[in-house]
Amino acid sequence: MAWDWEIFCKETTTGEIIKGCLGQGGDQTYLNWLGSAWGWTLTVAMSAMVVAFVMGLIMGALRTLPPTTAGNRWLARLGTVWTELFRNIPVLVQLFIWYFVIPAIFTSLKSVPSVVMVVLGLGFFTSSRVSEQVRSGIESLPKGQRYAAMAMGFSTFQSYRLVLLPMALRIVMPPLTSEAMNIIKNSSVAFAVSIAELTFFARQSGEETSQPVQMYLAVTVLYAVSALTVNRVMNWIEVKTRVPGFVGASAAPATH
Amino acid sequence: MGNIDFTFFNWSLIGPYVTKGFIFSLWLTLFATVGGIALGTVLALMRMSSNRVLVLVASTYVNTMRSIPLVMVLLWFFLLIPFAIGKPIGAELSAMVTFVAFEAAFFSEIVRAGIQSIPRGQVAAGQAMGFNYGQNMRLVVLPQAFRNMLPVFLTQTIILFQDTSLVYAISANDLLKGLETAGKNLGRPIEAYLLAAVVYFVMCYSLSKLVQQIQKKVQIIR
Repeated sequence: MAWDWEIFCKETTTGEIIKGCLGQGGDQTYLNWLGSAWGWTLTVAMSAMVVAFVMGLIMGALRTLPPTTAGNRWLARLGTVWTELFRNIPVLVQLFIWYFVIPAIFTSLKSVPSVVMVVLGLGFFTSSRVSEQVRSGIESLPKGQRYAAMAMGFSTFQSYRLVLLPMALRIVMPPLTSEAMNIIKNSSVAFAVSIAELTFFARQSGEETSQPVQMYLAVTVLYAVSALTVNRVMNWIEVKTRVPGFVGASAAPATH
Repeated sequence: MGNIDFTFFNWSLIGPYVTKGFIFSLWLTLFATVGGIALGTVLALMRMSSNRVLVLVASTYVNTMRSIPLVMVLLWFFLLIPFAIGKPIGAELSAMVTFVAFEAAFFSEIVRAGIQSIPRGQVAAGQAMGFNYGQNMRLVVLPQAFRNMLPVFLTQTIILFQDTSLVYAISANDLLKGLETAGKNLGRPIEAYLLAAVVYFVMCYSLSKLVQQIQKKVQIIR
Protein backbone atom coordinates (compact mmCIF):
# COMPACT_ATOMS: atom_id res chain seq x y z
CA MET A 1 0.00 0.00 0.00
CA ALA A 2 1.41 3.32 -0.99
CA TRP A 3 0.64 6.16 1.38
CA ASP A 4 -0.41 8.61 -1.27
CA TRP A 5 -1.99 11.54 0.55
CA GLU A 6 -2.18 13.56 -2.64
CA ILE A 7 -5.24 11.47 -3.40
CA PHE A 8 -7.29 14.06 -1.51
CA CYS A 9 -6.25 16.73 -4.03
CA LYS A 10 -7.63 14.76 -6.97
CA GLU A 11 -10.62 16.06 -8.85
CA THR A 12 -13.40 13.53 -8.35
CA THR A 13 -14.38 13.06 -12.01
CA THR A 14 -11.22 13.84 -14.03
CA GLY A 15 -8.74 12.46 -11.49
CA GLU A 16 -6.40 15.45 -12.04
CA ILE A 17 -4.43 16.72 -9.11
CA ILE A 18 -5.50 20.25 -8.28
CA LYS A 19 -3.08 22.76 -6.77
CA GLY A 20 -4.05 23.85 -3.27
CA CYS A 21 -6.26 20.81 -2.97
CA LEU A 22 -9.54 22.73 -3.19
CA GLY A 23 -11.49 22.75 -6.43
CA GLN A 24 -12.49 26.07 -8.01
CA GLY A 25 -15.85 26.70 -9.62
CA GLY A 26 -17.50 23.43 -10.57
CA ASP A 27 -14.46 21.30 -9.74
CA GLN A 28 -14.58 19.16 -6.64
CA THR A 29 -11.64 17.41 -5.05
CA TYR A 30 -11.92 14.52 -2.62
CA LEU A 31 -11.01 16.99 0.10
CA ASN A 32 -14.02 19.14 -0.86
CA TRP A 33 -16.18 16.05 -0.82
CA LEU A 34 -14.83 14.95 2.56
CA GLY A 35 -15.68 18.38 3.96
CA SER A 36 -19.23 18.30 2.71
CA ALA A 37 -19.63 14.70 3.95
CA TRP A 38 -18.54 15.84 7.42
CA GLY A 39 -21.08 18.63 7.15
CA TRP A 40 -23.82 16.12 6.36
CA THR A 41 -22.83 13.91 9.27
CA LEU A 42 -22.93 16.86 11.66
CA THR A 43 -26.21 18.16 10.20
CA VAL A 44 -27.94 14.80 10.49
CA ALA A 45 -26.52 14.10 13.95
CA MET A 46 -27.26 17.54 15.42
CA SER A 47 -30.82 17.67 14.06
CA ALA A 48 -31.47 14.13 15.26
CA MET A 49 -30.09 15.13 18.65
CA VAL A 50 -32.68 17.90 18.93
CA VAL A 51 -35.49 15.49 17.95
CA ALA A 52 -34.17 12.83 20.34
CA PHE A 53 -33.83 15.14 23.34
CA VAL A 54 -37.22 16.81 22.84
CA MET A 55 -39.17 13.58 22.29
CA GLY A 56 -37.14 11.66 24.87
CA LEU A 57 -37.76 14.35 27.47
CA ILE A 58 -41.51 14.37 26.82
CA MET A 59 -41.91 10.59 26.70
CA GLY A 60 -39.65 9.97 29.69
CA ALA A 61 -41.56 12.53 31.77
CA LEU A 62 -44.94 11.09 30.72
CA ARG A 63 -43.89 7.66 31.98
CA THR A 64 -43.39 9.01 35.49
CA LEU A 65 -46.80 10.71 35.79
CA PRO A 66 -48.57 9.72 39.02
CA PRO A 67 -51.38 7.25 38.12
CA THR A 68 -54.02 9.39 39.80
CA THR A 69 -56.27 9.99 36.81
CA ALA A 70 -57.23 7.93 33.77
CA GLY A 71 -55.67 10.60 31.57
CA ASN A 72 -52.34 10.29 33.36
CA ARG A 73 -52.38 6.52 33.03
CA TRP A 74 -52.98 6.73 29.29
CA LEU A 75 -50.20 9.26 28.87
CA ALA A 76 -47.83 7.02 30.84
CA ARG A 77 -48.82 4.11 28.61
CA LEU A 78 -48.14 6.23 25.52
CA GLY A 79 -44.66 6.96 26.85
CA THR A 80 -43.99 3.28 27.48
CA VAL A 81 -45.27 2.13 24.08
CA TRP A 82 -43.19 4.83 22.35
CA THR A 83 -40.07 3.81 24.22
CA GLU A 84 -40.47 0.06 23.70
CA LEU A 85 -41.36 0.48 20.02
CA PHE A 86 -38.36 2.59 19.08
CA ARG A 87 -35.96 0.77 21.36
CA ASN A 88 -36.53 -2.75 20.10
CA ILE A 89 -36.09 -2.31 16.36
CA PRO A 90 -32.57 -1.93 14.92
CA VAL A 91 -31.80 1.62 13.83
CA LEU A 92 -31.04 0.49 10.28
CA VAL A 93 -34.46 -1.17 9.96
CA GLN A 94 -36.11 1.95 11.35
CA LEU A 95 -34.29 4.01 8.77
CA PHE A 96 -35.58 1.76 5.97
CA ILE A 97 -39.10 2.12 7.38
CA TRP A 98 -38.83 5.93 7.30
CA TYR A 99 -37.17 6.02 3.92
CA PHE A 100 -39.04 3.32 1.96
CA VAL A 101 -42.17 2.25 3.82
CA ILE A 102 -43.70 5.47 5.17
CA PRO A 103 -43.55 7.42 1.87
CA ALA A 104 -45.03 4.37 0.11
CA ILE A 105 -47.97 4.19 2.50
CA PHE A 106 -48.53 7.94 2.90
CA THR A 107 -47.87 9.03 -0.64
CA SER A 108 -48.18 12.72 0.25
CA LEU A 109 -44.87 12.39 2.11
CA LYS A 110 -42.99 11.46 -1.07
CA SER A 111 -41.90 15.07 -1.58
CA VAL A 112 -40.29 15.31 1.87
CA PRO A 113 -36.48 15.38 1.49
CA SER A 114 -34.92 12.07 2.48
CA VAL A 115 -32.60 13.72 4.98
CA VAL A 116 -35.65 14.79 7.01
CA MET A 117 -36.82 11.18 7.14
CA VAL A 118 -33.36 10.08 8.26
CA VAL A 119 -33.29 12.73 10.99
CA LEU A 120 -36.71 11.59 12.23
CA GLY A 121 -35.65 7.94 12.14
CA LEU A 122 -32.39 8.49 13.98
CA GLY A 123 -34.00 10.99 16.35
CA PHE A 124 -36.94 8.78 17.35
CA PHE A 125 -34.65 5.76 17.76
CA THR A 126 -32.44 7.73 20.15
CA SER A 127 -35.42 9.35 21.89
CA SER A 128 -36.30 5.92 23.28
CA ARG A 129 -32.92 5.77 24.98
CA VAL A 130 -33.18 9.36 26.22
CA SER A 131 -36.65 8.57 27.54
CA GLU A 132 -35.23 5.70 29.61
CA GLN A 133 -32.58 8.00 31.08
CA VAL A 134 -35.02 10.79 31.84
CA ARG A 135 -37.40 8.35 33.52
CA SER A 136 -34.69 6.84 35.71
CA GLY A 137 -33.50 10.36 36.55
CA ILE A 138 -36.96 11.47 37.70
CA GLU A 139 -37.47 8.21 39.61
CA SER A 140 -34.16 8.68 41.40
CA LEU A 141 -35.36 11.96 42.93
CA PRO A 142 -36.57 11.80 46.53
CA LYS A 143 -40.38 11.61 46.72
CA GLY A 144 -40.34 14.75 48.86
CA GLN A 145 -39.47 16.85 45.82
CA ARG A 146 -42.76 15.98 44.16
CA TYR A 147 -44.72 16.52 47.38
CA ALA A 148 -42.99 19.84 47.98
CA ALA A 149 -44.05 20.99 44.51
CA MET A 150 -47.62 19.92 45.25
CA ALA A 151 -47.55 21.72 48.58
CA MET A 152 -46.51 24.88 46.75
CA GLY A 153 -49.76 24.58 44.81
CA PHE A 154 -48.00 23.81 41.52
CA SER A 155 -49.94 22.06 38.78
CA THR A 156 -48.50 18.80 37.47
CA PHE A 157 -46.97 20.63 34.51
CA GLN A 158 -45.47 23.31 36.76
CA SER A 159 -44.01 20.76 39.17
CA TYR A 160 -42.31 18.96 36.29
CA ARG A 161 -41.04 22.13 34.65
CA LEU A 162 -39.92 23.95 37.79
CA VAL A 163 -38.97 21.21 40.25
CA LEU A 164 -38.58 17.67 38.93
CA LEU A 165 -37.04 18.06 35.46
CA PRO A 166 -34.39 20.66 36.36
CA MET A 167 -32.96 18.29 38.98
CA ALA A 168 -33.51 15.05 37.04
CA LEU A 169 -31.83 16.36 33.90
CA ARG A 170 -28.76 17.41 35.84
CA ILE A 171 -28.55 13.92 37.32
CA VAL A 172 -28.74 12.18 33.94
CA MET A 173 -26.22 14.43 32.18
CA PRO A 174 -23.51 11.71 32.06
CA PRO A 175 -25.69 9.11 30.26
CA LEU A 176 -27.14 11.84 28.03
CA THR A 177 -23.57 12.73 27.08
CA SER A 178 -22.95 9.20 25.88
CA GLU A 179 -26.25 9.22 23.97
CA ALA A 180 -25.18 12.44 22.26
CA MET A 181 -21.93 10.74 21.25
CA ASN A 182 -23.88 7.69 20.12
CA ILE A 183 -25.92 9.84 17.73
CA ILE A 184 -22.74 10.97 15.99
CA LYS A 185 -21.70 7.33 15.61
CA ASN A 186 -25.16 6.04 14.70
CA SER A 187 -25.57 8.69 12.01
CA SER A 188 -23.20 6.47 10.02
CA VAL A 189 -26.13 4.17 9.15
CA ALA A 190 -27.49 6.95 6.92
CA PHE A 191 -25.11 5.68 4.23
CA ALA A 192 -27.65 2.90 3.60
CA VAL A 193 -30.22 5.40 2.32
CA SER A 194 -27.68 7.33 0.24
CA ILE A 195 -27.17 10.39 2.43
CA ALA A 196 -23.76 11.71 1.36
CA GLU A 197 -22.30 11.61 4.89
CA LEU A 198 -18.91 10.36 6.09
CA THR A 199 -19.48 6.60 5.86
CA PHE A 200 -21.09 6.98 2.45
CA PHE A 201 -18.05 9.01 1.40
CA ALA A 202 -15.66 6.38 2.79
CA ARG A 203 -17.30 3.55 0.86
CA GLN A 204 -17.74 5.51 -2.36
CA SER A 205 -14.37 7.26 -2.51
CA GLY A 206 -12.54 4.14 -1.36
CA GLU A 207 -13.97 2.30 -4.32
CA GLU A 208 -13.39 5.10 -6.84
CA THR A 209 -9.76 5.72 -5.90
CA SER A 210 -8.84 2.12 -4.97
CA GLN A 211 -7.06 3.67 -1.99
CA PRO A 212 -9.57 3.14 0.79
CA VAL A 213 -7.06 3.24 3.65
CA GLN A 214 -6.47 7.00 3.43
CA MET A 215 -10.17 7.65 3.01
CA TYR A 216 -11.15 5.41 5.93
CA LEU A 217 -8.46 6.99 8.12
CA ALA A 218 -9.68 10.50 7.41
CA VAL A 219 -13.28 9.53 8.07
CA THR A 220 -12.42 7.65 11.26
CA VAL A 221 -10.47 10.61 12.62
CA LEU A 222 -13.36 12.98 11.82
CA TYR A 223 -15.82 10.71 13.65
CA ALA A 224 -13.56 10.53 16.68
CA VAL A 225 -13.02 14.32 16.66
CA SER A 226 -16.76 14.97 16.36
CA ALA A 227 -17.66 12.57 19.16
CA LEU A 228 -14.95 14.01 21.39
CA THR A 229 -16.14 17.57 20.73
CA VAL A 230 -19.70 16.61 21.66
CA ASN A 231 -18.35 14.99 24.80
CA ARG A 232 -16.45 18.17 25.80
CA VAL A 233 -19.46 20.42 25.10
CA MET A 234 -21.79 18.21 27.14
CA ASN A 235 -19.29 18.10 30.02
CA TRP A 236 -19.04 21.87 29.88
CA ILE A 237 -22.82 22.16 30.10
CA GLU A 238 -22.83 19.68 32.98
CA VAL A 239 -20.29 21.71 34.95
CA LYS A 240 -21.95 25.06 34.12
CA THR A 241 -25.41 23.93 35.20
CA ARG A 242 -24.33 22.08 38.32
CA VAL A 243 -26.17 23.11 41.48
CA PRO A 244 -23.57 23.62 44.22
CA GLY A 245 -23.88 21.13 47.02
CA PHE A 246 -26.67 19.09 45.49
CA VAL A 247 -25.86 16.83 42.57
CA GLY A 248 -22.29 15.66 42.34
CA ALA A 249 -20.81 13.92 39.34
CA SER A 250 -21.08 10.59 41.15
CA ALA A 251 -24.83 10.76 41.73
CA ALA A 252 -25.72 9.32 38.32
CA PRO A 253 -28.10 6.37 38.33
CA ALA A 254 -27.36 3.17 36.43
CA THR A 255 -27.26 3.76 32.69
CA HIS A 256 -29.60 0.92 31.75
CA MET B 1 -52.68 4.94 1.18
CA GLY B 2 -50.69 2.50 -0.91
CA ASN B 3 -51.72 -1.12 -0.81
CA ILE B 4 -49.93 -3.50 1.51
CA ASP B 5 -50.20 -7.18 0.73
CA PHE B 6 -49.92 -9.20 3.91
CA THR B 7 -49.84 -12.52 2.08
CA PHE B 8 -46.11 -11.74 1.99
CA PHE B 9 -46.02 -12.57 5.71
CA ASN B 10 -45.84 -16.24 4.88
CA TRP B 11 -42.96 -18.44 5.92
CA SER B 12 -43.29 -20.97 3.06
CA LEU B 13 -42.96 -18.05 0.63
CA ILE B 14 -39.98 -16.27 2.16
CA GLY B 15 -38.43 -19.10 4.16
CA PRO B 16 -35.96 -20.11 1.45
CA TYR B 17 -34.63 -16.53 1.29
CA VAL B 18 -34.48 -15.93 5.00
CA THR B 19 -33.47 -19.16 6.77
CA LYS B 20 -29.75 -18.89 6.14
CA GLY B 21 -29.57 -15.22 7.07
CA PHE B 22 -31.66 -15.73 10.19
CA ILE B 23 -29.38 -18.48 11.42
CA PHE B 24 -26.37 -16.29 10.64
CA SER B 25 -27.81 -13.37 12.67
CA LEU B 26 -28.42 -15.62 15.67
CA TRP B 27 -25.05 -17.33 15.34
CA LEU B 28 -23.27 -13.99 15.01
CA THR B 29 -25.02 -12.72 18.15
CA LEU B 30 -24.07 -15.81 20.13
CA PHE B 31 -20.50 -15.92 18.85
CA ALA B 32 -19.92 -12.21 19.46
CA THR B 33 -21.42 -12.39 22.97
CA VAL B 34 -19.30 -15.34 24.07
CA GLY B 35 -16.16 -14.11 22.29
CA GLY B 36 -16.77 -10.52 23.38
CA ILE B 37 -17.18 -11.46 27.03
CA ALA B 38 -14.04 -13.63 26.95
CA LEU B 39 -11.88 -10.99 25.28
CA GLY B 40 -13.61 -8.23 27.25
CA THR B 41 -12.73 -9.93 30.55
CA VAL B 42 -9.09 -10.13 29.51
CA LEU B 43 -9.16 -6.43 28.57
CA ALA B 44 -10.81 -5.50 31.86
CA LEU B 45 -8.21 -7.44 33.88
CA MET B 46 -5.46 -5.77 31.85
CA ARG B 47 -6.92 -2.33 32.57
CA MET B 48 -7.05 -3.04 36.28
CA SER B 49 -3.60 -4.61 36.51
CA SER B 50 -0.64 -2.80 38.02
CA ASN B 51 1.40 -3.12 34.82
CA ARG B 52 1.38 0.28 33.11
CA VAL B 53 1.99 -1.11 29.63
CA LEU B 54 -0.98 -3.47 29.89
CA VAL B 55 -3.17 -0.64 31.19
CA LEU B 56 -2.15 1.61 28.31
CA VAL B 57 -2.68 -1.06 25.64
CA ALA B 58 -6.09 -2.09 26.95
CA SER B 59 -7.40 1.42 27.55
CA THR B 60 -6.23 2.64 24.13
CA TYR B 61 -7.94 -0.31 22.51
CA VAL B 62 -11.20 0.18 24.39
CA ASN B 63 -11.32 3.94 23.88
CA THR B 64 -10.53 3.67 20.17
CA MET B 65 -13.24 1.09 19.56
CA ARG B 66 -15.74 3.12 21.54
CA SER B 67 -15.14 6.29 19.55
CA ILE B 68 -15.60 4.77 16.06
CA PRO B 69 -18.98 3.82 14.56
CA LEU B 70 -19.49 0.06 14.24
CA VAL B 71 -20.14 0.47 10.52
CA MET B 72 -16.67 1.97 10.07
CA VAL B 73 -15.10 -0.82 12.14
CA LEU B 74 -16.85 -3.35 9.90
CA LEU B 75 -15.49 -1.62 6.81
CA TRP B 76 -11.97 -1.42 8.29
CA PHE B 77 -11.81 -5.11 9.18
CA PHE B 78 -13.31 -6.13 5.85
CA LEU B 79 -10.54 -4.12 4.18
CA LEU B 80 -7.64 -5.06 6.44
CA ILE B 81 -8.15 -8.75 7.30
CA PRO B 82 -7.37 -9.89 3.72
CA PHE B 83 -4.17 -7.80 3.86
CA ALA B 84 -3.21 -9.31 7.19
CA ILE B 85 -3.74 -12.94 6.27
CA GLY B 86 -2.99 -12.65 2.57
CA LYS B 87 -6.22 -14.00 1.16
CA PRO B 88 -9.78 -12.70 0.92
CA ILE B 89 -12.31 -13.95 3.46
CA GLY B 90 -16.06 -13.81 3.17
CA ALA B 91 -18.18 -10.99 4.55
CA GLU B 92 -19.73 -13.35 7.10
CA LEU B 93 -16.40 -14.48 8.57
CA SER B 94 -15.15 -10.89 8.56
CA ALA B 95 -18.29 -9.79 10.41
CA MET B 96 -17.70 -12.41 13.10
CA VAL B 97 -14.14 -11.27 13.75
CA THR B 98 -15.21 -7.61 13.76
CA PHE B 99 -18.06 -8.14 16.19
CA VAL B 100 -15.89 -9.98 18.71
CA ALA B 101 -13.23 -7.26 18.50
CA PHE B 102 -15.78 -4.45 18.74
CA GLU B 103 -18.06 -5.87 21.41
CA ALA B 104 -15.07 -6.84 23.58
CA ALA B 105 -14.50 -3.13 24.18
CA PHE B 106 -18.06 -2.69 25.46
CA PHE B 107 -18.12 -5.91 27.47
CA SER B 108 -14.80 -4.98 29.07
CA GLU B 109 -16.37 -1.80 30.49
CA ILE B 110 -19.25 -3.85 31.90
CA VAL B 111 -16.85 -6.40 33.41
CA ARG B 112 -14.72 -3.63 34.90
CA ALA B 113 -17.75 -2.04 36.54
CA GLY B 114 -18.84 -5.49 37.77
CA ILE B 115 -15.47 -6.27 39.31
CA GLN B 116 -15.29 -2.85 40.93
CA SER B 117 -18.72 -3.48 42.46
CA ILE B 118 -17.26 -6.33 44.53
CA PRO B 119 -16.36 -5.02 48.01
CA ARG B 120 -12.63 -4.71 48.69
CA GLY B 121 -13.05 -6.97 51.68
CA GLN B 122 -13.78 -9.91 49.39
CA VAL B 123 -10.39 -9.51 47.71
CA ALA B 124 -8.68 -9.10 51.06
CA ALA B 125 -10.46 -12.20 52.39
CA GLY B 126 -9.27 -14.17 49.38
CA GLN B 127 -5.72 -13.02 49.96
CA ALA B 128 -6.00 -13.96 53.62
CA MET B 129 -6.98 -17.45 52.50
CA GLY B 130 -3.63 -17.60 50.72
CA PHE B 131 -5.11 -17.39 47.19
CA ASN B 132 -2.87 -16.02 44.47
CA TYR B 133 -4.16 -13.48 41.91
CA GLY B 134 -5.54 -16.10 39.52
CA GLN B 135 -7.27 -18.09 42.24
CA ASN B 136 -8.69 -14.96 43.80
CA MET B 137 -10.17 -13.82 40.49
CA ARG B 138 -11.44 -17.25 39.49
CA LEU B 139 -12.84 -18.38 42.85
CA VAL B 140 -13.87 -15.17 44.60
CA VAL B 141 -14.23 -12.07 42.46
CA LEU B 142 -15.36 -13.16 38.99
CA PRO B 143 -18.17 -15.55 40.04
CA GLN B 144 -19.83 -12.78 42.08
CA ALA B 145 -19.09 -10.11 39.52
CA PHE B 146 -20.59 -12.14 36.67
CA ARG B 147 -23.75 -12.78 38.64
CA ASN B 148 -24.14 -9.04 39.24
CA MET B 149 -23.40 -8.34 35.59
CA LEU B 150 -25.81 -10.88 34.13
CA PRO B 151 -28.70 -8.46 33.41
CA VAL B 152 -26.34 -5.91 31.86
CA PHE B 153 -24.72 -8.62 29.74
CA LEU B 154 -28.12 -9.67 28.45
CA THR B 155 -29.12 -6.07 27.71
CA GLN B 156 -25.90 -5.64 25.78
CA THR B 157 -26.68 -8.87 23.91
CA ILE B 158 -30.03 -7.43 22.80
CA ILE B 159 -28.26 -4.31 21.52
CA LEU B 160 -25.71 -6.60 19.86
CA PHE B 161 -28.48 -8.55 18.13
CA GLN B 162 -29.87 -5.28 16.78
CA ASP B 163 -26.40 -4.22 15.70
CA THR B 164 -25.88 -7.39 13.68
CA SER B 165 -28.16 -5.79 11.07
CA LEU B 166 -25.29 -3.38 10.34
CA VAL B 167 -23.39 -6.12 8.50
CA TYR B 168 -25.49 -4.69 5.66
CA ALA B 169 -22.50 -2.36 5.13
CA ILE B 170 -20.31 -5.23 3.93
CA SER B 171 -23.20 -7.08 2.24
CA ALA B 172 -23.14 -10.09 4.54
CA ASN B 173 -26.21 -12.29 4.31
CA ASP B 174 -28.08 -11.79 7.58
CA LEU B 175 -31.75 -11.71 8.56
CA LEU B 176 -32.31 -8.20 7.22
CA LYS B 177 -30.50 -8.90 3.97
CA GLY B 178 -32.47 -12.13 3.50
CA LEU B 179 -35.77 -10.33 3.99
CA GLU B 180 -34.68 -7.51 1.70
CA THR B 181 -33.75 -9.98 -1.05
CA ALA B 182 -37.07 -11.80 -0.61
CA GLY B 183 -38.86 -8.45 -0.89
CA LYS B 184 -37.01 -7.50 -4.05
CA ASN B 185 -37.39 -10.86 -5.76
CA LEU B 186 -41.06 -11.23 -4.86
CA GLY B 187 -41.83 -7.61 -5.75
CA ARG B 188 -42.85 -6.70 -2.18
CA PRO B 189 -40.02 -4.55 -0.72
CA ILE B 190 -42.31 -2.49 1.52
CA GLU B 191 -43.78 -5.58 3.18
CA ALA B 192 -40.29 -7.02 3.57
CA TYR B 193 -39.07 -4.02 5.58
CA LEU B 194 -42.23 -4.07 7.70
CA LEU B 195 -41.77 -7.77 8.40
CA ALA B 196 -38.13 -7.13 9.35
CA ALA B 197 -39.29 -4.53 11.88
CA VAL B 198 -41.89 -6.94 13.29
CA VAL B 199 -39.45 -9.85 13.61
CA TYR B 200 -36.73 -7.77 15.30
CA PHE B 201 -39.28 -6.13 17.59
CA VAL B 202 -40.84 -9.39 18.75
CA MET B 203 -37.43 -10.93 19.46
CA CYS B 204 -35.90 -7.93 21.21
CA TYR B 205 -39.03 -7.07 23.18
CA SER B 206 -39.49 -10.59 24.54
CA LEU B 207 -35.80 -10.79 25.39
CA SER B 208 -35.93 -7.49 27.24
CA LYS B 209 -38.94 -8.71 29.25
CA LEU B 210 -36.94 -11.83 30.10
CA VAL B 211 -34.04 -9.66 31.25
CA GLN B 212 -36.39 -7.78 33.59
CA GLN B 213 -37.44 -11.08 35.16
CA ILE B 214 -33.83 -12.16 35.59
CA GLN B 215 -32.95 -8.78 37.04
CA LYS B 216 -35.54 -9.27 39.79
CA LYS B 217 -34.12 -12.70 40.67
CA VAL B 218 -30.54 -11.49 40.72
CA GLN B 219 -31.45 -8.56 42.93
CA ILE B 220 -32.60 -10.92 45.68
CA ILE B 221 -29.28 -12.76 45.61
CA ARG B 222 -27.42 -9.48 45.77
